[in-house]
Amino acid sequence: MATDIDRYELTWIYICVVALLVLFGVLLYSAYALGIHVETDVGQIHPAQVATTPPFDQPGLRMIGPDHYEAVIVARAWVFDPPEIRVPVGSTVTFKLTSIDVIHGFKIPRTGINRMIVPGQISEVTHRFDEPGTYTFFCHEYCGSGHHIMNGGIVVEPR
Amino acid sequence: MNLAEIYRRDAWHMRWSLYISFVMLAIGGFYGTLQALDKMGVDLYRYLPDPLYRYYLGLTVHGVTLGWMFTVFFIIAFLNLVTIHGLRRPLASPGLAKATFGLAVLGAVAALIPTFTNEASVLWTFYAPLQAHPAFYIGLTAIVVATWTAGINAYLTWRSWKREHPNVRTPLMSFAALTTWAMWALASVGVAASMLFQLIPWSSGLLAQVNPLLNRSLFWFTGHPVVYFWLLPAYISWYTMLPAQVGGRLFSESLARLVFLAFIPFSIPTGLHHMFPDPGIPHSTKLLHAILTFAVVFPSLVTAFTVVASVEEGARRNGGTGRFRWILRLPWLTNPAVSGQLLGMVLFATGGITGIINASYGMNLVVHNTMWIPGHLHTQVAGAVTLTWMAASFWLIPLLTGKKLWSVRLSTLQVWTWFFGMAIMARGMHWMGMAGVPRRVHLTYAPYALFDEWRLAGWLVGAGGVLLFLSGALFLYVIAMTVWFSRSPAQVEVPEAKPLHPVERMPLVLDRITPWVTVTVVLIAIAWLPSIYRIATTHPYVQGWRLW
Ligand code: HEM
Ligand SMILES: [Cu+2]
Ligand SMILES: [Cu+2]
Repeated sequence: MATDIDRYELTWIYICVVALLVLFGVLLYSAYALGIHVETDVGQIHPAQVATTPPFDQPGLRMIGPDHYEAVIVARAWVFDPPEIRVPVGSTVTFKLTSIDVIHGFKIPRTGINRMIVPGQISEVTHRFDEPGTYTFFCHEYCGSGHHIMNGGIVVEPR
Repeated sequence: MNLAEIYRRDAWHMRWSLYISFVMLAIGGFYGTLQALDKMGVDLYRYLPDPLYRYYLGLTVHGVTLGWMFTVFFIIAFLNLVTIHGLRRPLASPGLAKATFGLAVLGAVAALIPTFTNEASVLWTFYAPLQAHPAFYIGLTAIVVATWTAGINAYLTWRSWKREHPNVRTPLMSFAALTTWAMWALASVGVAASMLFQLIPWSSGLLAQVNPLLNRSLFWFTGHPVVYFWLLPAYISWYTMLPAQVGGRLFSESLARLVFLAFIPFSIPTGLHHMFPDPGIPHSTKLLHAILTFAVVFPSLVTAFTVVASVEEGARRNGGTGRFRWILRLPWLTNPAVSGQLLGMVLFATGGITGIINASYGMNLVVHNTMWIPGHLHTQVAGAVTLTWMAASFWLIPLLTGKKLWSVRLSTLQVWTWFFGMAIMARGMHWMGMAGVPRRVHLTYAPYALFDEWRLAGWLVGAGGVLLFLSGALFLYVIAMTVWFSRSPAQVEVPEAKPLHPVERMPLVLDRITPWVTVTVVLIAIAWLPSIYRIATTHPYVQGWRLW
């Protein structure tokens, strides 16, 4: 390498390289060993077909296993359909989301649920609700002048 | 040619680009303050006339004037100056410089008219299928094309310099400017393609449908590297000017070159980290971008050492001693052109940490699209970059007008208040983000807003916003007084740092851009092409909507 690089500077560069390699390692470990994954590709659906294609033709909640529910939610300006879901505490819920107009978002604070809802695409996310209470969810991507009123709730009821 | 002479021919367009960028700062900053007050539940919008009282119109104005216009006008002027000074010659083509300026102005006017008449409230990211007036997209495209013509002019200037100096290394300043243009030329392809092949024909009625995920991907192809397009001019100031301004020297020139060059390959194949929570993209692709995102941290980590070491060397030469006491030797209160940059670096360091959090695959889900993100971006572009540019303006404007800076004391007060304003506002934003408050929301009227719970955080955002308003007004006042009323002649020159160790030999690749561009094209092909191709050919195309 060039001759004008200082000794301390070089040491710093080595430290940085090692630190970044450690970060790479943590990332790969969390992805492959712990299986922590962000949203992936679970399929497409044209907005014009949403009303006639299962499961989006019947938005709402259905049981798909013991303590396991599927919540199908269709987003449009500026409502979630359905706006409210009730499940018993301890239930695992798999959300299936799509939009029939523009891009929306789906966030439930304190749960780590954070998804984009893009027209033409299906988003999926699963979460177990261990604490009873009302969890407000809202749209977190700008979707027009009513963006800030677009919200809903999940009521987790005690057993 | 004497030094002042080499700027003379180009002074007018550099000066006017700077003035226009300051006007954009004023317009955008006005709405910024209203937005900040909204986060504490205070609505000043209702005092504005129709249609200006609309939150999302204002937010579009804020993002577009600041993110696309304040930045681009300043960058074009600054990189022109750096090219001219580094090569000691005027720009190769005055005609092209005039065309660049004209195109940028026309583009800004074309994009802002529909924005202010509520025909384009799509925010600065213009995600389809929200559909704005075609003039909005055409105007923004013209601004991008203006950056290309400015880059071409810098290249032509370098080429004629090179013909006369075939065996001389390109001076660091102009080399850094050229790497910035090269990085941006590659990076801007995404937005340009989205505009030319989708958004413009679609909004003009020539195309019925567009692909939302495709345009979102193309936006972030450009949308992440655009932050380096904002940042590199500040780095040019930190590396090639600041050491001289504090009486020191640049620690190592080859490392500085390596840093600038490293931004070419690493800034572009990382954009998907803005789309971790998006559907339709497999996580293997996202993981690749996550890994490359850490690579782009590398040049900034090196910068932390090299720039601080260069500043320390200057402080010690001025009598600074002790392990940390030399810091007090720096002209914190006497030279705003220096303290603005130093304060910017402090903000930049905090933003570096929050940035690593944003980029971390898993943690991203906590912060994505919350107020945390504007918290991060205001320490970076609105903090570090803007403060550095303000500091530079305190010598740029005197240099280009020949008039002495109006007031050193007011300018010093200005950079300090901007620093505290940004620090306070960003602190509040980070806090709100952690509490789960979404960004881009007219919060005062959101039914789920818990202002009682978020009170302190909201107040910090509001208070920071008001302080920033005052500081911004002070900046414009100092500049306006300098331009209009300053009577003493300016005695400034472009600060130019000398290297600490003169370099005789340097690996050739540190004086070449083409090999780096080639590597970048390969990396882009690996990181972006497969998913862009798949989305474009197999994913749904949908109609447009106007929902505001
Ligand atoms: C007076 C100074 C400023 C204040 C008070 C301010 C305030 C704000 C606030 C409160 C937001 C969040 C709005 C929301 O998400 O609802 C925001 C967003 C933003 N600001 Fe600023 N800002 C200022 C200066 C700047 C500067 C100088 C820049 C760039 C150079 C900038 C770039 C942005 C961008 C890109 C966004 C995101 C817009 C979007 O989400 O579409 N701001 N600003
Ligand atoms: Cu929405
Ligand atoms: Cu929304």
